[in-house]
Amino acid sequence: MSSTTDHGAGTDGTPGTPPSTDDARSDRLEWRLTIERLSSYWLLGAGLFAIALFGLIVLTLVQQSIPIVSEHSLLEMVTSSNWDPAQEEFGFLPAIVGTIYVTVLSMAMGTPIAILAAIYIAEYAEGRTKMIVSSFIDVLAAIPSVIFGLVGLIVVVPFVGDYLAPALGAHSIGLGIVTVSLVMAIIVTPFMISLSVESLEALPDELRESSLGVGATKWETIRSVLLRAAGPGIFSAILLGFGRVFGATIVPAMLIGGQTAIPDNPFDAGETLPTLIVNDFGELMSLPLTQSALILVGLILLVIVWLFNFGAMLVRRRLKRRWQY
Amino acid sequence: MNNQPALRTDNLDVTYTGNRTVTALDGVSVDFAENALTAIIGPSGCGKSTLLKSLNRLHEIQPNAEISGEVHFGDQTVYNTDEPLPELRRQIGYVPQTPTPLPMSIYNNVAYGPKIHGDYSRKELDDLVETCLRKVNLWDEVADRLDDPGAALSTGQIQRLCLARSLAVEPEILLCDEVTSALDPISAEQVEETLESLKEEYTIIMVTHSMDQARRLADDVVFLYLGELVEANDARTFFENPQADRTKEFISGHGASTHLEESDSSDSGAKPDEQQESAGDEPAPVQQ
Repeated sequence: MSSTTDHGAGTDGTPGTPPSTDDARSDRLEWRLTIERLSSYWLLGAGLFAIALFGLIVLTLVQQSIPIVSEHSLLEMVTSSNWDPAQEEFGFLPAIVGTIYVTVLSMAMGTPIAILAAIYIAEYAEGRTKMIVSSFIDVLAAIPSVIFGLVGLIVVVPFVGDYLAPALGAHSIGLGIVTVSLVMAIIVTPFMISLSVESLEALPDELRESSLGVGATKWETIRSVLLRAAGPGIFSAILLGFGRVFGATIVPAMLIGGQTAIPDNPFDAGETLPTLIVNDFGELMSLPLTQSALILVGLILLVIVWLFNFGAMLVRRRLKRRWQY
Repeated sequence: MNNQPALRTDNLDVTYTGNRTVTALDGVSVDFAENALTAIIGPSGCGKSTLLKSLNRLHEIQPNAEISGEVHFGDQTVYNTDEPLPELRRQIGYVPQTPTPLPMSIYNNVAYGPKIHGDYSRKELDDLVETCLRKVNLWDEVADRLDDPGAALSTGQIQRLCLARSLAVEPEILLCDEVTSALDPISAEQVEETLESLKEEYTIIMVTHSMDQARRLADDVVFLYLGELVEANDARTFFENPQADRTKEFISGHGASTHLEESDSSDSGAKPDEQQESAGDEPAPVQQ
C-alpha cells in the first residue's frame, strides 16, 4: 500500500502529469455536478411520492364511502346508536362514545404519570438508578401491543371484574372500557415518558443555572422554567400518545367486549371506531353497504386524527412562541 | 482596600469524577474585595467557570463534581452551613455566559425572583421591575412591551435583562460568566457600561477571556492556570508590575489579547455564534 503511494507521489513531480490530473479533476467535477443536479429531482420525487400516497388513501376512502353516504345521511349515522347491517341500520354513535371514553380515560391516567416520571428521570435520578429506570421504560415501550393485550386478559380483566368495579359499586364482567383504558395507558405511558425526558434533557443548563442563580428551588425551577421551556416537546409527546390510543386496534378488540350499544358506564363493554371495523370485517363480502359503512368509519377516523394533528400544530406553535427561551 | 473581603475561598479543590478524573481547581485561596469588580482570567479550561460557580455552589447541578475546602461569605460559610441553598444563591447571584431568557415575559423575567422570595403587591413589583430595568439601562428600550416574551429581545438586550433579573432579588454579589462573549461589539460595550455602573453598589466577580476587558473594567484580577491560582492582585499592579513569571508571560504573550480571544472562542465553539450574531446585528447600526 504505502509503496504505491510513494510511487504516485514520485510521478506527480514529473512534468507530464499535471495536465492529466487537471483533466481528471475537471471530469470528476462534471460528474459531481451532474449528480448534484439530479439529486434535487429524485429527492423531489421521493417527497411527491409521500404526498401522492396520502392523497391516494384519502381518495380511495372517499370513493368507497360514497355508496353509504348516498343512502344514509352522515348526521343520521353519527347520531344513531343502532348498528345492524342486516337491517341496513348503520349507527356509529356507540363506537364514537366508546372511542372518546377510552381516549379520555387512558390519557387522564397516563399523562400525569408520564410527566411526573419524566421529571424524575430527567432532573432527579442520577447514575445507575437513572440508567436502570430509563432502560426499563425503553423496554416497555418496545413490547408489541398484542402482548399487553394477552397480559391484560389474564391480569387486568379479573382485576377490574372482581375488585375494581365492585369497589366502585359497579358491575363488570371484566371486559370493557375501563379495562381497555388501563391497558392502553400502560402501553402509551412509556412512549410519552421517553419523549418528554428527551425534551427536558435537551434544555440548556443555563436555564437551570439562571433560575437557581436567583435563589429558586429545584422544584420551582422545574415548575416555572423547565416545564414551560420543554412544554412544546412534552405537548407533542402527549399528542403522540393520544394518537396511539385513538387508533389502537388490537388491545381494544381483545378487551373491550364488543357490544354495539352505547355503554351505560365506563365499566360496561363497548366498542371503538377501530374495533367496529375489525369485528365486522368478515361480513364485508355478503353485504356491500356494510363495506362502504366501515370504510366511512375509517375515513372519519382519519379525518379526526388529521384535524387533531393540525390543531396540535397550531397549539404547539403558540406555545413555542409564548414559552421561547 | 476594604476592611473585609466580600468572599474568600480557602484551599478550594474541585474534581470532576466522570469517565476520567479531572482536577478543575487545586487549592485555590483568594479574596474578593467588596464593591469592586474582580476579573478572573486565564486560558480556556483552566477552571475559571468552575471557580465562579463554586462560589454559590452552582457547579453542584453537574452530577460528578466533588469539592473540598471552604468559601467564606462575610461571617457565613458557603459549604458547611445550615443556611438553605436557595437563600445563599439569592445573595450570591449568577449570570450565565449564554444570554438566557426564562420562558416568560420581559416583566416576569425580572419579577421571577422577587415573586418567589417575597409577598409584593402589584405596585411594589411594578416599581421593582422598573428600578432593575433602569439599573441595566434597558427600561427605555422595553417599557412599552413588558408583556412580550423575553426571548423576543436582541441578544445584547437579553444579557442586560439577565443582569436585571439577578439584581431583582437584591443580591450582594454578582457572578458573571463571560457575559459579553456571545455578544456583538456594540452590545458588549453596553453590557460593560452596565457592569461599570453596577460595581459601585455590588461586588462583581466576572470571568473573562478578554485581557482588554479586564484592563478596562477590573479593579482586581485573579489569574488561574490549570486549576491553580497564579496571581491575584489589583489590576494596576497585575498589568503593569506582574509578580509571577507566568503572569508576565501571559500578559506579554497576549498583549493584544486577540490571539487569546481567538483560540478561546474556537475552543468553546462560540465562534459560529459570534459570527451569526455580528451578521445579524451589524446592519442595525448602519441604518441608524
